[in-house]
Amino acid sequence: MAAAESYPDDLKYHEEHDWARVEGDEAVVGITWFAADALGELVHFEPPETGATVTKDQSYGEVESVKAVSDLIAPLSGEVLEVNQQVVDAPETVNEDPYGNGWLLRIRLVDAGEVEALLDADAYRQLLADQ
Amino acid sequence: MTHPFLALTASDREEMLAAIGVASVDELFRDLPEGVRLGRELELEPALSEQEVFAHVAELAEQNADASRELSFLGAGIYDHYVPAVVDTILQRGELLTAYTPYQPEMSQGVLQAIFEYQTAICELTGMDVSNASGYDGTSVAADACYVAKHATGRSKVVITEATNPQVRQVVKTFAAGFGLEIVEVPHRDGTTDPNELEHAAVDAAAVIFQQPNFFGCLEPAPELVARAAEAGALPVAHVDLLSLGVLEAPGRYGAALALGEGQAAGNFPSFGGPHYGFLAARDEFIRRMPGRIVGETVDAAGERGYVLTLQTREQHIRREKATSNITTNQTLLALGGLVYLTWLGPQGLRELGETCLSLAAYAKQRLEERAGLEPAFATQATFKEFAVRVGRNAREVVAAAREQGVHPGYSLGRDYEGMDDVLLVAVTERRTPAEIDRLADVLAEVAQ
Amino acid sequence: MKLVYEKSQSGRRASALPRYENLPSAPEIPEELRRSEPPRLPEVPEFELVRHFTELSTRNFGVDTGFYPLGSCTMKYNPRINERLVALPGFARLHPLQEEDGAQGALELMWRLQEILAEVTGLDAVSLQPAAGSQGELTGLLLVRAYFAARGESKQRRKVVIPDTAHGTNPASVTMAGYELTPVRTDARGNIDVDDLRGKVDEHTAALMLTNPSTLGLFDENIEEIERIFHGTGALMYYDGANLNAVCGISRPGDMGFDIVHINLHKTFSQPHGGGGPGGGPVAVRDILEPFLPVPAVVRREDGFGLDYDRPQTIGKVRGFTGPFGVFVRSYAYIRMWGPRLREMSEASVLNANYVLARLKEAYDLPFDRLCMHEFVLSARTLKREHGCTALDIAKRLMDYGFHPPTIYFPLIVPEALMVEPTETETKETLDAFCDAMLAIAREAAEEPELLRGAPHHRPVGRLDEVRAAKRPVVKYGFEEHPAPEASPAVAAAEAPKGA
Repeated sequence: MAAAESYPDDLKYHEEHDWARVEGDEAVVGITWFAADALGELVHFEPPETGATVTKDQSYGEVESVKAVSDLIAPLSGEVLEVNQQVVDAPETVNEDPYGNGWLLRIRLVDAGEVEALLDADAYRQLLADQ
Repeated sequence: MTHPFLALTASDREEMLAAIGVASVDELFRDLPEGVRLGRELELEPALSEQEVFAHVAELAEQNADASRELSFLGAGIYDHYVPAVVDTILQRGELLTAYTPYQPEMSQGVLQAIFEYQTAICELTGMDVSNASGYDGTSVAADACYVAKHATGRSKVVITEATNPQVRQVVKTFAAGFGLEIVEVPHRDGTTDPNELEHAAVDAAAVIFQQPNFFGCLEPAPELVARAAEAGALPVAHVDLLSLGVLEAPGRYGAALALGEGQAAGNFPSFGGPHYGFLAARDEFIRRMPGRIVGETVDAAGERGYVLTLQTREQHIRREKATSNITTNQTLLALGGLVYLTWLGPQGLRELGETCLSLAAYAKQRLEERAGLEPAFATQATFKEFAVRVGRNAREVVAAAREQGVHPGYSLGRDYEGMDDVLLVAVTERRTPAEIDRLADVLAEVAQ
Repeated sequence: MKLVYEKSQSGRRASALPRYENLPSAPEIPEELRRSEPPRLPEVPEFELVRHFTELSTRNFGVDTGFYPLGSCTMKYNPRINERLVALPGFARLHPLQEEDGAQGALELMWRLQEILAEVTGLDAVSLQPAAGSQGELTGLLLVRAYFAARGESKQRRKVVIPDTAHGTNPASVTMAGYELTPVRTDARGNIDVDDLRGKVDEHTAALMLTNPSTLGLFDENIEEIERIFHGTGALMYYDGANLNAVCGISRPGDMGFDIVHINLHKTFSQPHGGGGPGGGPVAVRDILEPFLPVPAVVRREDGFGLDYDRPQTIGKVRGFTGPFGVFVRSYAYIRMWGPRLREMSEASVLNANYVLARLKEAYDLPFDRLCMHEFVLSARTLKREHGCTALDIAKRLMDYGFHPPTIYFPLIVPEALMVEPTETETKETLDAFCDAMLAIAREAAEEPELLRGAPHHRPVGRLDEVRAAKRPVVKYGFEEHPAPEASPAVAAAEAPKGA
């Protein structure tokens, strides 16, 4: 079952519909409910390799539904510490729980200052309302 | 007079124009600027009736020396195998003939299931995990494989053996320019490819393409070539003849990454070069890099089994400039002919066909040597249904002289290979009887050397 | 329905092959090259084979079955005389490497078709070689490359401009030809946004790829200005002939300023679509591009027709031999049955499309309210917003009324798109029945939306689960998961003596 629409206040958001949960010098990243809903049920997650570098605003992988494919845009730069194997095995986890079990990567940040440029939940909700 | 392919009467037309709210058909074209209109009638010959067009086109057909008028030993990639009547019968079913790509699976279970069965047959024959629904022909699927290999390996060179069909090599070179690939050819040594030379060339290559049996009809040391290509980190790509795979090993069994080829021999007429189908199959790990349509099994709302186009995110209509290929229209009808044919043959028939071709070709070699004194060009090599012989003079002249007597003795290899002007490539399918082979030998005894 | 593999019984077969007496036995194949396990092809008698594929055909819908307004695919009637002609032994059994003097009829047919296509497109030279539209596109772009390489401009000109309404094949071909994509927007009338275009075309532009009429079914009213913009910078113009059915004998791509055209023989010129193919994608070009066309060229000489390989600037070969010849036979015969009356064909296709549009535009959203050409695009946006019924639901429900659905969700710039192309061959009664069904479905969406969401209700299968198919792809029969069924007692008895 797909989750109900939500944008938790404790997360930071990127305009390309990605979120980040910053914990010290690490962050967990994923895609928002809006992105998952727009794509439909996900059927494939093409992740980067552990140890790879992701760069803010650039693509680090892809997710696919039956009818669409979407680049995953990194909200922050860093080194990939872990890929969520549960999503690789069952991509629909993202639709079911986008901010919990449906996380995509855990990264080590290279520039904590980048967090400043992200949106808070209110600003992201406003961005969606304006679209 | 209303044209037979149109349906509207004068009163239909009036009612329709009124519903649209325009006064004339011309007004429907009002968005076209004056400067881009033709403003005259097309300069084409007047319309013909069906009877007239039949007479005219049949007269053109009469002027061709096809295999019903000439005893033909031409092969070189396109073969005169027998096409059973059931193929014609099935391909003329209007529901299949006049449908298009099964975008709406509930309207298209017939063709979808047929493609699924075709994919299964291709995978069984080649020993691969996944087949697409068909490519254009045996040349374009080789170019497709280069595109797959480029993205799978990140390398920008492709090795192709010189003993691979020249048409395939030429097409691969044409598209390589756009793909940003360098093409390197490995020469043959006495009719087959030297594994050491191949391995040397394969360093830093994305793929190594070879043909089995090769263009000269000779059997390559395929398992060895595949092992050496893989050793160098290149994807081994086998270009194979489906009808050889009842007697020759499946490329998947000896480690090929992709297997592909021209499907014509299995179920399609030569038709002056097309339309035919190219088949393309791969190991599982390349499934998301495959070009073209793929059919997958699923269930409907009630849990009943059904078939759909699947993994469509690879394709141009979704992935656009990042697609694995631009292919849209493919060769489904011809691939369906292939499936009907392979079903007609069955595993027993396929093996018998291969054995018959082997026997007839061996008989032909023997007769050409005994009666016409012609030596095989590559005497030590094993062959399948085709072989090269030296004819002692320019082979094109031999072809011309033999055709005077109603026999087309084969393909002049000098058309593609330097230093082979006196070599003829002779193809023997199950349609050639021993008596016809005797006739070939008699004619060549007269016109060769 | 069972797969043919599930009907297979060891020991049965449909084929009997000739057995020749007194032949040497087959020479031994070296062991490492010999087949180790036979392929599990089906084992069925001939009659079961015919029944199997006949049953499959009854689960399929073609133009012969009923109305098939699949936008952008031109699903018109396919005259049966073409099938008779292509099966003539002089064509079917003709080898492509036959010497020229043994293939004069085939070469003449190809040469005549080239001449016809040059006249219909308003261009100078034609190659029939490409196997389909998308291969024609790629061929066209390789011609662009060769042209600029010969002028020393290949490093400079890297970009190909494509409108956002284009078929996906266009951007895919751009990448495969080694070019970079420059997308351009569509304006409020459905034309290319000329202001957006001006800022994007410069000395780095190699070409424009345009379908005209566009995939919206609209003729670009600014085509003359677009021509000036491209040719003004020395760039070339490529015409995607997917929609040529709208303008035969009325306006020619060459007259619009295009330098290269591909023609979809399977659309405009009635090659049956075969469940997905074959097609034919000849390219026609202006004289400046002729030296680069694929080899061999089919030419007329004093002593007959021939193949010319002596083209030093050629891009090479794009397909085996000279192209899909059987497709040429059909399209040649088809065009000869029209002659100059091809114009009537295009006029009727445009009349039919506008009539259907006029009847449907009150019930569905019309994103660009203009007269259309041979096809048009509606949107189900309002039905989705108000009743939760999508373009997909409408498509599935149309099946219950006995119609093949239109193309849906394309072009991408129209949400919930329904792209309808009736073609010229339909009667007014058929068009009216389709319109009645579409209007009934719009009412059903308001009154009984579940009827749409659960559709189709009257097809051999219900709505199929595409997510499941993509998630865990099953792309061939799993022999291992489906062990051969126990033969029924009667069959087992009949088979017993053979096995003994």
